[in-house]
Amino acid sequence: MTPSVPIELNITSSAKCLAVVRGAVEKMADVEGFGEMDSHALTLAIDEALANVIEHGYEGKDDQPISITLLPVKSADGRPGISVTVRDKGRQVAPEKIKGRPLDEVRPGGLGVHIIKSVMDEVEYSCPPDGGMLLSMVKYVGGDTSATFGGEPKEGQAGGLAQKGE
Amino acid sequence: MKMATNTNNLVKEIRKAPEATIVSLGGDVDLHHSPALHAALVEVAGERPRRLVLDMSGVPYIDSSGVGTFVEVFRRVTAYKGKMVFFGLNDRVRSVFEITKLDKFFVICQSEEQATQA
Repeated sequence: MTPSVPIELNITSSAKCLAVVRGAVEKMADVEGFGEMDSHALTLAIDEALANVIEHGYEGKDDQPISITLLPVKSADGRPGISVTVRDKGRQVAPEKIKGRPLDEVRPGGLGVHIIKSVMDEVEYSCPPDGGMLLSMVKYVGGDTSATFGGEPKEGQAGGLAQKGE
Repeated sequence: MKMATNTNNLVKEIRKAPEATIVSLGGDVDLHHSPALHAALVEVAGERPRRLVLDMSGVPYIDSSGVGTFVEVFRRVTAYKGKMVFFGLNDRVRSVFEITKLDKFFVICQSEEQATQA
């Protein structure tokens, strides 16, 4: 059996890079056995995470570093998944303050975190001691988030990585 | 009447008819392209068409910045009591509208014919 190999992508905080990352993520999801909508969910979540770093972490500066890692994993019941980290050196925000906004009104902005927490199975933000932010998240094939793509985030979903690691 | 297009803002074609202005989009609506698309759609909305119909059949992907662009234009159009209508959404684009609950606010049709009469 081929061992899982992590993929690392290093980009600058330019929105031009987003399409390149999406292409790489979709290809890896395909290799790992993701179906179309699971692949889309994973790609969308990473895209939203990078957009948040560009817009908020680096406040639009387009020459700052962002590192993305993608690692094939398996769920407890054996389903394939991909574990993702997004690391930046931008402005730090207390993880408990990173929330999606209510969707009961039509206004632009604030939707990225809602999307991430809705489509990913595990999501955790942290502030590394050497600065910037670290987002760790996992998407498994055929999980609850796959069935409810378009539904509400699961209760207590944020912080799932830490809980599962205990 | 067909209008000139700009390849930088994803607008591929603008057709103006008495009942609607139909804007055909093509390409990924992401953070890179959303600002230019926003400017283009604001210009179209500034002419206050009765219906602003967006042909999404050439859009394979949209993110929240794209959704935000449409929300902002939607607010402009509804402010003058116009309608903004979509058609041609693929499953991926539709799923983003659904997950952000905007499918409950936007009018989404199956065909151009339905959209121009919605």
